[in-house]
Parts: sequence; C-alpha cells; structure tokens
Amino acid sequence: MHKGKGMKFVGDSRVSAERKSNIPKDYSEYPGRTEAFWPNFLLKEWLVGAVFLVGFLTLTLAHPAPLEGVADPTSSSYIPLPDWYFLFLYELLKYQFASGPFVLFGILVLPGIAFGALLLAPFLDNGPGRRPHQRPVAVTMMLLAVASVVWLTYESASVVNWEERAEANKPIHPDEMTVDTSHPGYEFYEANCMTCHGGNLEGTGAGPALLDTEKTAEEIATIAREGIGGMGPNMFQGSDEELEKLVDFIVSSKQDGE
Amino acid sequence: MLQKLYDWIDERVDITPIWRDIADHEVPEHVNPAHHFSAFVYCFGGLTFFVVVIQILSGMFLTMYYVHDIENAWRSVYYLQIDVAHGQIVRGMHHWGASVVIVMLFLHTLRVFFQGAYKKPRELNWMVGVLLFFTILGLGFTGYLLPWDNKAYFATQVGLEIAEQVPLIGPEIKTLLAGDPDIVGAQTLSRFFAIHVFFLPGALFALMAIHFILIRRQGISGPL
Ligand code: HEM
Repeated sequence: MHKGKGMKFVGDSRVSAERKSNIPKDYSEYPGRTEAFWPNFLLKEWLVGAVFLVGFLTLTLAHPAPLEGVADPTSSSYIPLPDWYFLFLYELLKYQFASGPFVLFGILVLPGIAFGALLLAPFLDNGPGRRPHQRPVAVTMMLLAVASVVWLTYESASVVNWEERAEANKPIHPDEMTVDTSHPGYEFYEANCMTCHGGNLEGTGAGPALLDTEKTAEEIATIAREGIGGMGPNMFQGSDEELEKLVDFIVSSKQDGE
Repeated sequence: MLQKLYDWIDERVDITPIWRDIADHEVPEHVNPAHHFSAFVYCFGGLTFFVVVIQILSGMFLTMYYVHDIENAWRSVYYLQIDVAHGQIVRGMHHWGASVVIVMLFLHTLRVFFQGAYKKPRELNWMVGVLLFFTILGLGFTGYLLPWDNKAYFATQVGLEIAEQVPLIGPEIKTLLAGDPDIVGAQTLSRFFAIHVFFLPGALFALMAIHFILIRRQGISGPL
C-alpha cells in the first residue's frame, strides 16, 4: 500500500483516490497449467455443481422424507434408533466391554480417544513426509477406525427390518384417529386385535398400524387365522361370519382427508 | 452502465481489494479435475459447502411452516409434507441434505487425512475442520427431534440418557439440553429448536469463515 507523503484520498475519507485494476492477475508464469479461479475455473466448477444438484434432487423426489406417528411418550414398546450416522456409537454400547459397569468406556474413553486423536492428528503425526507410506502408523490407525465405524454401522443397521418399522409407525394424524365403534366388526376387533394394533388401529410397538392398510380383505382374513411374521396363528377365534364383519371393519377404516 | 455503477461505488468504498481477495486466486494444475481426473477428490470440500448452502436455504423455508411446540410441531410438519405445494420437496431436501453433508464431510476429511494435508502449516485449519465436523453432528442430533414423531422422541431420550451418565457433569448437561432433569418435553423441543436454528448455525458460520480465510492465506497444499 502507498503510504506517507503524496497520498491522495477521496474527500475527507480514508479511501485512496488511486484506483486499482480489477483485472485478475496473469497466472501464465505459475508452474504447470495453473488457471485463474475467476472466471475460468468457476465456469467449469458450476457444471460439477449442477450435475451434483440434479442427482441430489432426483434422490429427494424419489424418496420423500420419512415421518412417523406423533411422539407418544407413554409408549413403552417403541424401540429407539438414532439417525444412521450415530448408529456406530449406539452399537458400540451394546458390547459387554462398553456397557453396564464399563459404560464409561463406551461413552467417554473410547470415543474420547478416537475423536481426540482425530483433533490432534497433526501433532501426533508430525513427521515431514506427507505421502501415506511415509506415515504408516497414522494411516493404519485411520484405516482401522474407518473399518470399525463401517462395521459397527453395518452390524447395527442389518438387524433392523426397516420396512416393518415404517409400516408399524405410519404417520396417522391425531385428529383422524377416530374409529367407527358402532361398526358391527368393532367388538371383534376390540376383543382380538386391539392390544397389539392399538385402540385406533394406529399400531403399537407390538403390531403395525391397520388404518389405511394396503392388504385385501382375503389377505386380512387369512392373517387373522394363520398369523404372519411375529403374529401367531389363531389370533382371531370366532366364526367365519364374525371374521367377515371384523375384516370389513378393518378394510373400511380409512384416514379422512386422503 | 454496470461499469459506471461499479466505479461509482468503488471510488467511495474501495471495493476492488475486497473483491479480489474473494475471487482472484489461482487454481493449480494438480487440483483441477479438468487436467487430472483424480483431482475430483479436491471437490469434496466445495461440495460440503454446497450442501451446507442447500441446508441453510431449505431450512429457512422450513421455518415458515414449522412450529416448535409439542402440540403443533408434528402437525406442522405433517401439513407441510402433505398439503403445502412443494413442501415435500423442501423437507426432503433438508432431510437428505443432512445425510449427504455427513457423507461429503467424511470424504473431505479422508482426502485431507490421506494426503497428509494437515501437516505444517495447516494444523490449525485441520482442528477448525474437526470442530466443523462436531458442529454438523450437533446439528444432526438436534434436528432429528424437531418433527416430534416417535423416532425423534425416543432417539433423543436415549441420547440424553447417555449424556446423563457422564461423571460429575452428566446430569447438568442433560438438564441444560433438555430443560429439565427428567422430562423430555416442551422445554426440550424449544431448546433443541434454538440450538439447531441459532446456536449451532452461528458456530458453523464462524468456523467456516475461519476455515476459508485460512485456506486462502495458506493456499491449497501442494501435489504429493
Ligand atoms: C462444513 C464443513 C467443511 C467445509 C465446508 C470445508 C470446506 C473446505 C474447502 C472448500 C477446502 C478447499 C480444498 C478442498 O475442497 O478439498 C477445504 C480444505 C481443507 N479442509 Fe475443509 N471443510 C469442512 C470441514 C473440514 C473437516 C471436517 C476437516 C478435517 C477434519 C477439514 C480440513 C481441511 C483442511 C486441513 C484443508 C486444507 C487442505 C489442503 O490445503 O490441502 N475441513 N475445506
């Protein structure tokens, strides 16, 4: 910056009266094929961004964001799960050496060491060489850490039946959880199914929601007699005539407004 | 016309140096995927930033409908998802963006790590980066509660129970986050909302500013 005598300012301000050029520097003297960021490189970069955005929007359109039923703090059967990127920490706490009396190992010591080492990596791995083979210890530790995170996440996610979870926790609006108790099938629902499928067919931890079910009447009748998945056979114990009324009740139970 | 307008402003506020600090820098050959395809690994930081921008914009639109009280939170999300034109897309962008940003962050961290780009003189920027990572994880944790559905509620309850087990300060941490030593409820939702929408984004912006200033100061690390 020009300093001292002879400096000219705009009015009484501290803005220099000398104008500087806003043409980018010439990078042709730089090593290799160096480019100017503005505008040369940016013109290519936004293409990458556009392709990325299209891919991202496709994902968004193909898979609407999930929403479960409104939180019910009194539910005792709901099995909690964090979002996928916390699953590895969650899974860690299931190991014996990281739970019960050793829980501090699982919630503090191990994550503390791992993330502490990550934070301080430049000081732990402080040799001059940057290439991976010049720092075998650091690289091995990182590979092991990544492998453990992937493994724990896989272990945690693979035992979850995601479709069943989504089915059992459909978002049913609290205002629309009213069932037609005068329906002739209601009494059989109440007697045989309600404990697991909920007073309003909204589902509980033990059984999925039946409101807006996609199953046909025949399928429902078969399931009531023979069971399905975790639901045992002969849950419904009545005559075929009663079963018909029950099935009709379930099929006719729809959420309003859809 | 534009040039005149620019000159008029520049004469009064001297914006050319600011403008050049932001836009006028070189892109060396070894980070340019147009010359070496493998240089795409250098895109992950920029893509992380791009997704952060998506999160900020979609999040701003979400707050136009979202209500952070336990009676209405779920209903407002449901309404947005089912009834509002394009609401599903806006919510979908914010939902998937939260996952994509973690993936990009992870890839960016691995790029920096395996290239040893955190070595002198870039130690500080690496630590700023790790703090950015924690901030993003915090945004993920607090954002998960906001729809107030079952998965949100019970995951938060588990998270808070884990925090409670920390020796000495555990119960205090839990109370600070949940607003009550025992109940996960109205207070918790309000606090998580405030943390998700004001506290953590504030930290995120400050850290990103430092991150970018340091990158511009130091330049990108050289070829291996
Ligand atoms: C919101 C999160 C982040 C954003 C938006 C971001 C963005 C960027 C960008 C645009 C660059 C330029 C080079 C490139 O794109 O690869 C960069 C470089 C860098 N980042 Fe990040 N970053 C973030 C998080 C992190 C994290 C989590 C770490 C490490 C734990 C990190 C460490 C670094 C370092 C050390 C450099 C300099 C690398 C070099 O000179 O080669 N950053 N970051």
